[in-house]
Amino acid sequence: MLNDHILSLTTFVPAAGALVVALLPRRGRVIQWFTLLVSLLTFALALHLPWHYVYGQSGFQFEENHSWITSPNIRYHMGIDGISMWLIVLTAFLAPLGVLASWKAVETRTKEFYFLFLLQQTAMIGVFVSLDMFLYYGFWELSLVPMSILIAMFGRERGPQTALKFFVYTFLPSALFLVAILWLYAKTGTFDFVQMQHILAQDSMLFAPKALMWVSLAFLVAFAVKVPVFPLHGWLSDTISEAPTAMAMVVAGKLGLYSIIRFNLGLFPVQAREVAPWMIAIGVIGILYGALLALVQRDMKRLIAYSTLGHFSFCILGIFCFAVMGLDGSVYQILNIGISDGALLILAGALYERYGTYELAAYGGLATKLPNMATLTVITGLSLIGLPILNGFVGEFLILSSSFRTHMAWGAAATIGVILSAAYMLSMIQRIFYGPQSALVANRPAYDVVAREQLALWPMALLMLIMGVASPYWIRAIDGATHELANGVHYTMSLAERR
Amino acid sequence: MTSTHSLHLWLLPLVPFAGFLVNALLGRRFPRALVTAVALIATLIPFLQVLGIASQFSSLSLPHLEQFGTWIAAGSFHADFTFALDQLTLVMLLVVTGVGFLIHLYSAGYMAHEDGYWRFFAYLNLFMFFMLTLVLAENYLLMFVGWEGVGLASYLLIGFYYTRDSAANAGKKAFVVNRVGDFGFLLAMFLFIAHFGTLSFSSIFSQITAHPELHGGFLTAIALCLVLGATGKSAQIPLYTWLPDAMEGPTPVSALIHAATMVTAGVYMVARTHVLFDRSPLALSTVAIIGTATAFFAATVALVQTDIKRVLAYSTISQLGYMFLACGVAAYSSGVFHLVTHAFFKALLFLAAGSVIHALSGEQDMRVMGGLRKKIPVTFWTMTMAVFAISGLPPLAGFVSKDEILYHAFTAPGPGKLLWFVGLFTAFLTSFYMFRLWYLTFFGENRAEKAAAHAHTPASSHHAEVDEHHHAIHESPWIMLGPLAILAVLSVIGGWMGWPEGLGGGNWFGHFLAPALASQHVAEAGSNSLEVTLALISTLVALAGWFLAHLFYFAKPELPEKLSVSLRAFYNLLLNKYWIDELYGAVVIAPVLFLSRFVLKGLIDTGVINGGSYAAAYTTQGMGAIVQRLQSGNIRSYAGWLALGAAGLLLLTYFGFGAHLSLR
Repeated sequence: MLNDHILSLTTFVPAAGALVVALLPRRGRVIQWFTLLVSLLTFALALHLPWHYVYGQSGFQFEENHSWITSPNIRYHMGIDGISMWLIVLTAFLAPLGVLASWKAVETRTKEFYFLFLLQQTAMIGVFVSLDMFLYYGFWELSLVPMSILIAMFGRERGPQTALKFFVYTFLPSALFLVAILWLYAKTGTFDFVQMQHILAQDSMLFAPKALMWVSLAFLVAFAVKVPVFPLHGWLSDTISEAPTAMAMVVAGKLGLYSIIRFNLGLFPVQAREVAPWMIAIGVIGILYGALLALVQRDMKRLIAYSTLGHFSFCILGIFCFAVMGLDGSVYQILNIGISDGALLILAGALYERYGTYELAAYGGLATKLPNMATLTVITGLSLIGLPILNGFVGEFLILSSSFRTHMAWGAAATIGVILSAAYMLSMIQRIFYGPQSALVANRPAYDVVAREQLALWPMALLMLIMGVASPYWIRAIDGATHELANGVHYTMSLAERR
Repeated sequence: MTSTHSLHLWLLPLVPFAGFLVNALLGRRFPRALVTAVALIATLIPFLQVLGIASQFSSLSLPHLEQFGTWIAAGSFHADFTFALDQLTLVMLLVVTGVGFLIHLYSAGYMAHEDGYWRFFAYLNLFMFFMLTLVLAENYLLMFVGWEGVGLASYLLIGFYYTRDSAANAGKKAFVVNRVGDFGFLLAMFLFIAHFGTLSFSSIFSQITAHPELHGGFLTAIALCLVLGATGKSAQIPLYTWLPDAMEGPTPVSALIHAATMVTAGVYMVARTHVLFDRSPLALSTVAIIGTATAFFAATVALVQTDIKRVLAYSTISQLGYMFLACGVAAYSSGVFHLVTHAFFKALLFLAAGSVIHALSGEQDMRVMGGLRKKIPVTFWTMTMAVFAISGLPPLAGFVSKDEILYHAFTAPGPGKLLWFVGLFTAFLTSFYMFRLWYLTFFGENRAEKAAAHAHTPASSHHAEVDEHHHAIHESPWIMLGPLAILAVLSVIGGWMGWPEGLGGGNWFGHFLAPALASQHVAEAGSNSLEVTLALISTLVALAGWFLAHLFYFAKPELPEKLSVSLRAFYNLLLNKYWIDELYGAVVIAPVLFLSRFVLKGLIDTGVINGGSYAAAYTTQGMGAIVQRLQSGNIRSYAGWLALGAAGLLLLTYFGFGAHLSLR
């Protein structure tokens, strides 16, 4: 019963919650509590998915497929595979943590904040469940709007400028992307992902040889900006640095990377192969570039931003090697970074709440005053630099070893990132927590991690450990979907070669 | 493969891990006695379990494998939580748990007055967890867990006094330099997967054994990557620079991690991988050359250091070089033998040095020691055993194992004689600098009281171990002396189990390890005059070192001063450790930072990428202004522009822009 509607429910419960938030009175913390409740409910609904997922089976599950608009032929088609399932769970997991992280940070205009926050949840989950391109595009665009407004309204210093930058960066390629979708519709007469996949795989005579390449590039650029991929990352460090913690946690990575896997690999396997050498190079450059820039940042949040760029570049590398191992690793790494990067941003935000700055130079010797904060930061940092038995290692290892197999030099170059990431992460930890106490730290009284923050951070830390030792639990679902992708590529390649 | 009854090998690492969790989460609220109890029990149980395993060892079918589930499975690759037990593992387990337990015991006394007592023991237990995982692992990936994990524990313990910048820097340096080594280890694993499809020891080695035609080639590439990893962990050239700085950690840490166990992981790994190394003469020679060069190089630096722990640190690097030399001439069991005896006498040296430091309330500079022989007699006598052992005086442990390595180097083909000669000369240096330490610390007049007259300079009291209210020089408590005594006995008799056959012994140790380290280069048995001659030469060399040190630091203490003046350039070179740290700073770190700061950040990121995006933003704002002039409503104008743009692009598509603007 529930299985038939679970995806719609998970997607739209936050939106319904947003409507209620709009009606709630601005009194006390009513809105916060209510948003927390809604996001927990969404998380519970999301957990239904792995519980009832049929493992070891390819194709989409929990499908909902109804005709929506007959002309043009738009369907209300939702469904998930192992990849999107875990991304939904991740999104829903991060939502209550985002509320907890914003509890104190957002004190004014809470109604606007939480209204948009919940709308953003719906948009992100919608992106993962949509199997109709039109529906998908709606959610994709929707995911940009609340984000931009939130950055503009709640940005730290230069909110509006940053929001404009973010919007321009992400919106312009999206317009191109829409054109590509419309062109595909004009050629195939469908917006449905599954049907289109079949047509593209079998009816390749329908298209001019170069046309599909351009269409796939329009897709790729829109997604690559959202990831972001080097050199399209111009918005990232400003956005992460300005955006409120709850938004910085979700702004990068998963939407873009998921879409690359779903559409560029799923719809255009041949074209994806053709651009693969470029993407692999860009991925490796991004890994090293992000790490090197993180090494010389003076601002905590900008450091995190560049480390994020490096980490997501790992995923790009893994995706474009077209091997099950690398794809598994990439999807797993999206989950890992979502958790660990999120935790790091919450920790940075918590420091900001206490000391009012992200400048690394202002800190020093904090470990004595805030031992629990130090412990949690060290665990999170270790997860992000890929210490074995924590989650980050599994993803990085799978990606690197898979890319090394097919592209030895690039794989080896990417592995240098492992050294650099240790350097910048441990430097950051040292500058904040070790050494003699700075004037700021010594003079301002501060409290260690409070219950609310513990509630957010310990589950994340625990997950880092569990996902580090029990990866098969997650990967067995991912594996089914990536097998199909890797094989699909081979299948269409051979078709193309035959022609 | 799994034998009928389980040994519950998983308990070995997990018991210390439980100890770590208890002390890390609750230790802050525990009384010290409870913290101590938890940590000691969490180390004692594995030790007893290892003894139990040893007692029934002969009845096991080896290697004994135990699997506890899958760790990573993706595509066709999988790596499992599998532990393996064979002779080599057993030896390592005995050393790690035995010496580990003694050092835990010692630490209870040594750290008694420290803040963060619970933290120290939590980290120590964490180290035991990772080290036991490292030696028990049946595949490279699981070994890598231990490999990086001990690095983490080392990082945390070196930076134990984290409020000191020097300690925090040293911890970070250790981790990052080790990561350079781990880079090699990772590449080796990727190569293993690419060529063998697995990381399991048994599977890889049986595949190599099954293909006798495999020789050199990619096997050499893998072996060299592993060597890079080993040079990081075992502090060999070119990645040794972190170990001297690691002395910032509390002294028991130096004994356990930076002398007896963790730093030997590289030697263990090479021995474990001997099937591969045997197929690659190039990799073997590399190991031998690195080992010999490091042994010699570190010994020269040790000659002039004045900090007692730094002398021991360079001595450790040097002794690890001997183990590498042994592995490089395919005498793996000799390398492991030296690993074992070194664990005894070097742990003892560090612990005794700790006892000296403890007695002098934190003083580490040998120039202000002296005359301590009568004041701390137990420390003196135990340390004397260790000094004799490491200097290679027969019949102590160090003599037996070092002599065996030199013998194997001498008989090795190729440049073996040269390796032997450098090794021998290093033995002379070793004997000299160890007796120098011995004389400076325990003999002559007491220079400590003289120094105490001066105010406590920051340099001499920079250790947080300083105990302000202790002025009188005092012997350490029994809980510290007990481990010293046990290790002293082991430093004397520990070598006898491997007494070479060439000198009339049974070499029981070598025979015990033989099944695990079966090598192409099997050493011949039977007494021979060559080995006797070489042993005689070694002994004479050790005595010569002692004699020279006696002359310099006892009979004529003014001599070193004169010599350092007349050989000023050379002396400065050694004192500044050949300026290698400075060289790395100038050649590696500075260019990387320059590139990042000015080229990448300043020029590319701020200039090109951000500049481009601002240009785009201005354009859009301009566009928006135009639109606003044309239309009244903002939303409608956006939609209009969107539609216009879309229509334009659709038109372009229709006319086949793909044909004109092709990628190719």
